[in-house]
Amino acid sequence: MKNQSLLLSALKADRGGQVLLGLLAIAAVAVPVFNLLVPESSFFHLSTYTVTLFGKYLCYGLLAIAVDLVWGYCGILSLGHTAFFALGGYAIGMYLMRQIGPRGVYGDPILPDFMVFLNWKELPWFWEGMNHFPVAMLMVVLVPGLLALGFGWLAFRSRVTGVYLSIMTQALTFALLLAFFRNEMGFGGNNGLTDFKELLGFDLKTPGMRVALFITTVIALAVGYIGCRYVIASRLGRVVQAVRDAEGRTRFIGYKVESYKLWIWVFSAALAGIAGALYVPQVGIINPGEFAPINSIEVVIWVAVGGRGTLYGAVAGAVLVNYAKTWFTAAFPEIWLYALGALFVGATLFLPKGVVGLIPARKVKTA
Amino acid sequence: MIHLMASTRRCLLAALIAASLPLHAQEPAAETTAEASAEVVPAAPTTFPDVLRALGGASLSERSALLDALLAAKHPNTAAVLKAWLDDHLHVRDADGAVFITAETDAGNESTFGLTDPVTLAASGPEPAEGFSKVGSNNSLRKLLRSALASFTLGSPDADVRLGAVKEMLRAPDEATLAMLRERRATETDAAVQSAIDAGLAYADLTSDKADTRLAAVKVLSGSLAGETIAKLEALRDAANEPDERVRSAASVAISSISFKRTLYSSIETLFFGLSLGSVLVLAAIGLAITFGVMGVINMAHGELMMIGAYTAYVVQLLMPNQLAASILISIPAAFVVSGLVGIAIERGVVKHLYGRPLETLLATFGISLILQQVVRSIFSPLNRSVATPEFMSGQWVINDALSLTRNRIYIVLFTLVVFAALQLILRRTSLGLNVRAVSQNRAMARSMGINSDRVDAITFGLGSGIAGVAGVALSQLTNVGPNLGQSYIIDSFMVVVFGGVGNLWGTLIGGMTLGVAGKLLEPAVGAVMAKIAMLVFIILFIQRRKQGLFPQKGRAAEGH
Repeated sequence: MKNQSLLLSALKADRGGQVLLGLLAIAAVAVPVFNLLVPESSFFHLSTYTVTLFGKYLCYGLLAIAVDLVWGYCGILSLGHTAFFALGGYAIGMYLMRQIGPRGVYGDPILPDFMVFLNWKELPWFWEGMNHFPVAMLMVVLVPGLLALGFGWLAFRSRVTGVYLSIMTQALTFALLLAFFRNEMGFGGNNGLTDFKELLGFDLKTPGMRVALFITTVIALAVGYIGCRYVIASRLGRVVQAVRDAEGRTRFIGYKVESYKLWIWVFSAALAGIAGALYVPQVGIINPGEFAPINSIEVVIWVAVGGRGTLYGAVAGAVLVNYAKTWFTAAFPEIWLYALGALFVGATLFLPKGVVGLIPARKVKTA
Repeated sequence: MIHLMASTRRCLLAALIAASLPLHAQEPAAETTAEASAEVVPAAPTTFPDVLRALGGASLSERSALLDALLAAKHPNTAAVLKAWLDDHLHVRDADGAVFITAETDAGNESTFGLTDPVTLAASGPEPAEGFSKVGSNNSLRKLLRSALASFTLGSPDADVRLGAVKEMLRAPDEATLAMLRERRATETDAAVQSAIDAGLAYADLTSDKADTRLAAVKVLSGSLAGETIAKLEALRDAANEPDERVRSAASVAISSISFKRTLYSSIETLFFGLSLGSVLVLAAIGLAITFGVMGVINMAHGELMMIGAYTAYVVQLLMPNQLAASILISIPAAFVVSGLVGIAIERGVVKHLYGRPLETLLATFGISLILQQVVRSIFSPLNRSVATPEFMSGQWVINDALSLTRNRIYIVLFTLVVFAALQLILRRTSLGLNVRAVSQNRAMARSMGINSDRVDAITFGLGSGIAGVAGVALSQLTNVGPNLGQSYIIDSFMVVVFGGVGNLWGTLIGGMTLGVAGKLLEPAVGAVMAKIAMLVFIILFIQRRKQGLFPQKGRAAEGH
C-alpha cells in the first residue's frame, strides 16, 4: 500500500511522464483504428509500414529508457547496452527460428536452415527448449540479466568507474560482436537469424499481427516507464542518485554502493533485453551487426538529445533522432552522418539538458 | 555409345602408329647424314666460330656433341650463345648458314630480327625473319644447356647469380656438375652459396655406396635448416633404405637437431610477427596515451586522425607518383602537421568547452569522428585506396632457410621505436614537455607559475593528434586506406592505453607489445577471431584486478585520474 502511494505520488509530480503515457494511450487506440478500420484508399489510412516503423522507434525508446536509467540516474555511461538489446533479440529470434519448423528452405523439422547448411546433425544444447514461448521469454530477461550481473559484479566490486567503465562496456559488446560473427557459435554467423514465420501461431506478416506487436510495444514501454519511475522513487533509486552525485560520500555514509549499482545495472540490462525481444519480430531479422559499438553510442546520443535523467526525454530523443534518421537516409543519404555527428557535438555543447530541457525554460519565461 | 568408343579407340591407334612411323624412318636417315658429313669434314670442328657454323646445319642428335665442343672452345661469348639457344633466340641464316643471336626488333613484332654476331657481339641491322630458321633444342638438350649455363654463371661475381646457378645445377645433379660444384666450393667466399653447395653435395653423398661418405653427409646436413633435408634424412632412418646402424642413428640425431632449430626459428618468427602487430597497436595507442593518458581527454576521433594521416600519405603519393621512397618520407611530417592541425581545431572548437566532463567529451568527439569519416567519403569516395610501398620496404629479409622476415614489418617495428623515443624526448627533455607534465599534474599550480595552460592544452592535443597522423602513414603501408580505417583501431587503442596504465608512455609501449605477442601466440591454437575475443575478455578481467593498468601512476599525479 505504501509502495503504491509512492509510485502514484511520483507519477503525479512527473508532468513529462503524464504526457508520455497519455500519448502512448492515444497511440494504442488510434493506431489500430487508422490502420485496420480506415480503408486503405482513405487519406487517414495509416500504412502497416508506418505502424512497424513506429513500433521500432518505441522499442528504441524502451532501450533509451534503460540507458537513461543507468546514465541519467546512476552516472554509469554504458557504451555497450545494445549487447543486452541484441541478446534479448537473439533469444526471441531462436524461438521464432524454432517456430519455422519444416517450412524452412531445407525442410528440416528440428534444425534451422543455417545449421543444415553447416551440415550440423543435431541441435546445440542451448537451442533446446527454445521452441517453448515461456522459456524464450525467460531467456530474453535472463541472458542479458546474467551477463550484466557477471560483468557488473566484477566491474563495480573493483570500483571501475567513469570512462574506464564506458570503455569496458564497449569492449564487451565488441567481443560479443566478434563472437557472434563466428558460425561455430551456433547463432547463424554473419547472416544471423531471419525468415521468421509466426509468433504464438499468428502469421507475423499480417497487418493485424503488426498492430498487435505495436500495441504490445506500447504497453511494454508504458509498463517499463512506470517501472523505472517506481525504481527511481524507491529507496534503491534514491541511493543510486546519491551514488551518481557523490559516490565516495555515499560509501562513507555506509551504503554498499556496489550492490545498489549492480541491481540497477541488471534491471536496466533486462529492460534492454525486452526491448530487443520486441524489436526482432517487428523488423524480422537479428544479426551480429546489432552488437556494433557504434549502435550503443547512438543510443547514448538519443538520450543526450532527448534529455538525460528524465526518462521521458530518452523516449522523445529515441523517436526524434530515429525519425530524423529515417527521413535523412531516404532524402539525403550523404548528409545523415554529418547531421548525426553535428547532433553529438551540438547536444553536448549547447543542449546539456536535451530537447525536453527547452520546454520548462520557456514556461518559466511566460510565467 | 559403345560404337563411338570403339571408333575413337581405333582412331587413336591409327594416330599412334602414324606418329611412330616417321620416327623409325628418320633415325637411319640421321645416321646417314652424320656419316656423310663425317666423310666431308674429317676432323670435328674445334674453334668457336667453326662449331657455331656447324651447329647451324647439324641435326638435333649431333648438337649435343657440338655443345661439348662449344664448351671446350672456352670462348668468352659462350654463355651468351647458350642463353640465346636456350631462349630460342639462336637462328641460322638460310642463305649462307651463318648463326646469329636474334632479338625481335620491337615488342611483339616477330617478322624482323635484330641480329648480333655471336663471335664479336657486334650488332648488325634488322632483317626479315623469313630468311632464318631456329637452332632448335629438345628436352634433353635443354637440360644440358641449363647445367652448362649454370656452370658458366657459377663464375659470376654476383653472389645471388651464383646462388641461382648452384640451385639450377642441383636440380638434376650428375657427376660432372658435382665435380664442378666441388671445385667451386674451394674458392667460394659467399656464405649462402657455400652452404647451398654443401647441402647439394651432401644430398648427393647420401646415395653414395660407402657408409662413411653417407655418415659424413648426414653430419654436414645436420647443420642445415631446410624442410627438404628432414624428408631426405627421414628416409635414412628406415633400415630398409639404410643398412648401416651408425648412419641411421646419426640421421635420427640430425633430424631432432634440425627440427629443434626449426621450431626455435619459427618461434622467433612468431615473436617477430607479434612484435610487429604490437607495434601497430602501440603506434595507434601512443597518440591516445598523450591525449587520454596525459590530458585525460577521451578522444573518440583519434582513429579518424590516423585515417587523415593515412590519406595524407595517399595524397602525397598522388602528387609525386614517381618518387615512392621520397613520398613516404615526406608524408610522415606532412601527416603530422595535417592531423596535428585538425587535432588543434578539435581541441579549440569542442574539447576546450568540455574539460572536466569526460563523458560529454567522449560523445562530442565521437560526433566529430562521424563527421570526419563523412568528409573523407565525400572527398575521396567511400572506396578503399591503396598506398604503394617503396622498393626498400617491400619483399622479405631472408635470414636462413627457416626464417625470413617481411621488410615492411621490420620498418614498422623500428619506426614505432623511433616515434616512441622522440615522444619521450619531447616530454622529458624540452620545456614544452615540462609544461605539458606540469599542467597534467596540477593545472591550477601550473597556471599560477605562469604557464599558459590553454596554449599547452592545444599543443598537447595537437601533439597527440600529430602522432596519430604519423601512425596513419605507417598503417597505409600495411592495409588499404579507407574511411573506416580509424574505427577498426579505436577500441584496440583504448585497450592498450588502459592496459598499460593511463598516463604512462612506457606502459603503452609494453602493454601494446605484450598484447601483440600474446595475440600471435594464441592465434595458431584458437584462430584469429577467438584470439582477439580472448584478448578483450582478458583485458576486461585484468582491469577488474588492477584498474590502474600494468604501470599505475603513483603519488600526486595519480590523484587527478
